[in-house]
Amino acid sequence: MTLITKGLSRRSVIKTGLAGIIATGVAPTIFTRGAYAQEFCNAPTGDTVTIGFNMPLTGAYADEGADEDRAYQLAVEHLNGGGDGGMIPTFSSKTLKGNGILGKKVVGVTGDDQTKADAARDSARRMIERDGAVMITGGSSSSVAIAVQGLCQEKGIIFMAALTHSNDTTGKDKRRYGFRHFFNAYQSGIALGPVLGEAYGKDRVAYHLTADYTWGWTQEESIKNATEALGWKTLAPVRTPVGAGDFSQYLTPVLNSGADVLILNHYGFDMVNSLTQAVQFGMRDKQANGKNFEIVVPLVSDLMAKGAGSAMQGIYGTSNWDWQLTDEASKAFTKSFGAKFGQPPSQAAHTSYVQTLLYADACERAGTFYPPEVIKALEGYEFDGLGNGPTLYRAEDHQCFKDVLVVQGKEKPANPFDLLQTVATASRESVTYDPAIFGGELGPDTAVAC
Amino acid sequence: MDAILAQLLNGLDKGGAYALIALGLTLVFGTLGVVNFAHGALFMLGAFCAVTFRQLITLETVTVDPTQLSAWGAPLEIRTPLAQTWFGDFGAVLVEYSVPFSILFAIPVMLVIGIAMERGIIKHFYKRPHAEQILVTFGLAIVLQEIVKAVFGPNPISQPMPTALRGAADIGVWIGLAPGAVSYPLWRLVYFLFSAGIIAAVFAFLRFTTFGMVVRAGMADRETVGLLGINIGRRFTIMFGLAAVVAGLAGVMYTPLVPPNYHMGMDFLVLSFVVVVVGGMGSLPGAVAAGFLLGILQSFASMNEIKQLIPGIDQIIIYLTAVVILLVRPRGLLGRRGMMES
Repeated sequence: MTLITKGLSRRSVIKTGLAGIIATGVAPTIFTRGAYAQEFCNAPTGDTVTIGFNMPLTGAYADEGADEDRAYQLAVEHLNGGGDGGMIPTFSSKTLKGNGILGKKVVGVTGDDQTKADAARDSARRMIERDGAVMITGGSSSSVAIAVQGLCQEKGIIFMAALTHSNDTTGKDKRRYGFRHFFNAYQSGIALGPVLGEAYGKDRVAYHLTADYTWGWTQEESIKNATEALGWKTLAPVRTPVGAGDFSQYLTPVLNSGADVLILNHYGFDMVNSLTQAVQFGMRDKQANGKNFEIVVPLVSDLMAKGAGSAMQGIYGTSNWDWQLTDEASKAFTKSFGAKFGQPPSQAAHTSYVQTLLYADACERAGTFYPPEVIKALEGYEFDGLGNGPTLYRAEDHQCFKDVLVVQGKEKPANPFDLLQTVATASRESVTYDPAIFGGELGPDTAVAC
Repeated sequence: MDAILAQLLNGLDKGGAYALIALGLTLVFGTLGVVNFAHGALFMLGAFCAVTFRQLITLETVTVDPTQLSAWGAPLEIRTPLAQTWFGDFGAVLVEYSVPFSILFAIPVMLVIGIAMERGIIKHFYKRPHAEQILVTFGLAIVLQEIVKAVFGPNPISQPMPTALRGAADIGVWIGLAPGAVSYPLWRLVYFLFSAGIIAAVFAFLRFTTFGMVVRAGMADRETVGLLGINIGRRFTIMFGLAAVVAGLAGVMYTPLVPPNYHMGMDFLVLSFVVVVVGGMGSLPGAVAAGFLLGILQSFASMNEIKQLIPGIDQIIIYLTAVVILLVRPRGLLGRRGMMES
């Protein structure tokens, strides 16, 4: 009673006490969880959570987009407890229970990024502003990934990039809100170099045909560095427009250039066209400088190998993942995907599926959809059981580090989908690099209101 | 020298496609006075004639064999092509040579499409301004490509070339150079010869047949020909059908080079208009000459030596040439006085 008479009311004691608890950061999360709902864009309020799947359904990389679409359907089904669960049972983290994310049912909205950066931004913006997507994922081009990642940083929406291989995505253009599971051109160079040296020797002259945008440029540079370290010479690279269709005018000069290796820094339908056209030019049967003329495609996928058909046989490249891997996770995913769609998944499908699961898991571990917390849960996260062996999401640049596969077009496929064989694996340690070499700033993780 | 010869061949091959498309376009303009922006769509429809033909002859029966499993553990599907079941060896040849055989399929289909397009829509716009003709034909092109997209999907559908025509021919040996000095893909040579053949046939048809003579007379002076009691309108309709067939055949034979998709017509449309303008509106020899000229220029501009001098020249050479030619010869290379100059 004496205390009260000295001017301390019950109300002021409670106020001071609560303020002290909150200020010292020991507040039970029950108070702060509710508060987040008002503080970030598209906080899920009902019993569903919306994810934006933004991928190329038209354009030069539409095959990859179609497979990403399938993977997302499967991921949504598995997250909501449907099907056989795919890689959820094999995933090292056991937070996903098949009841959506944080108990909310996952729904997806789909958009066509047309393999164009501006269309991709428009589509992502629509998903964020109109559909209320709390996360955007997808894409099959680095220029698209970089454009959408920039938008997502502004909007405070997490972007889980799908297929993007340029060094810039997690290099000079990296963003705090952007995450990449796929490997990059630098890692392709490190993995592919020794295999090329062994197969084709140290005395080679390379001719690069390069898709004229960020991915092509960084892949050209990475492969050039890797092959020149072997002792190869590189002729002046030729830049080609994306979606050119007919590459004959760029292929004709290769024949008389003095080169004995053609390196195609092309992807998707562009690679299918340039490779099949190069083979039509007789480049697989040609002799140059007293050696067999060779073609190398540093980044290949099953879909491209299927499109290129017999032209792909014997050609070396690198892949992020292959459906014929024998680990339990890859087998489970391939089985689940094959049963639903009648074909095995491509590396584009795999990375899309994995990114969706990783986001869902990060939300579960953070206990919230609040992006700064989800980002913290992903940064520096070490996981396994998603098809690539032990993998690290590096905090410094949001790049995943895992083994890289060196693959070769199969000479005698056992079935229509048996197109690539893994000939070497570059260890995670060997493809790990200093994040400082590519520069860039991640930027702040500040939550943004819509 | 070898490099220049190879690049020249490439230019002729690319020019063949440009000339074929531009020929039909200028034919329609010269006869009907219509600027047909749906002409690229006719090229695309021709390519999809080849796709349809191949899909028809490769229809399969699918049986599921539950005793065998696919690589990912689902029951194995066994597919048997119907053409082979019905026609035996001839069925196999039909599948192997599906692209050349689709020419026979494409000719009547494209003729019907061309005539239907002219009678159904374009004839209503003869007396309207060119701007309206462009709008309606451009709209038509978009409708056609969306229909193709809805039916065949957005992705390119590759058409294999016959095995015998895969690979390259050693052209250098034919003209006395060292083996391997100049080699060029066989199918591209076939395409060049095919386009040259079609162009020659169109010229011969117009030059040496009575029908062609009347059409040429109608192009020069439609009114007088009409006054002579000749139904020139009907002949011009047939010429529209012919132009559609020429564009369609260019599309059919192009499919093994670049897998066709719904958008391929638009990719060629602007290019073929530039060809027509450079050649001179309504001039058939002009369109052919400009087609080959621009094909060759584009091919040379893509050489690294040239690209290093002027970066990006391969992308703009065609338009740059058009600007220069129109400045020097405002009617185009072989343009007639009075055409589009009312």
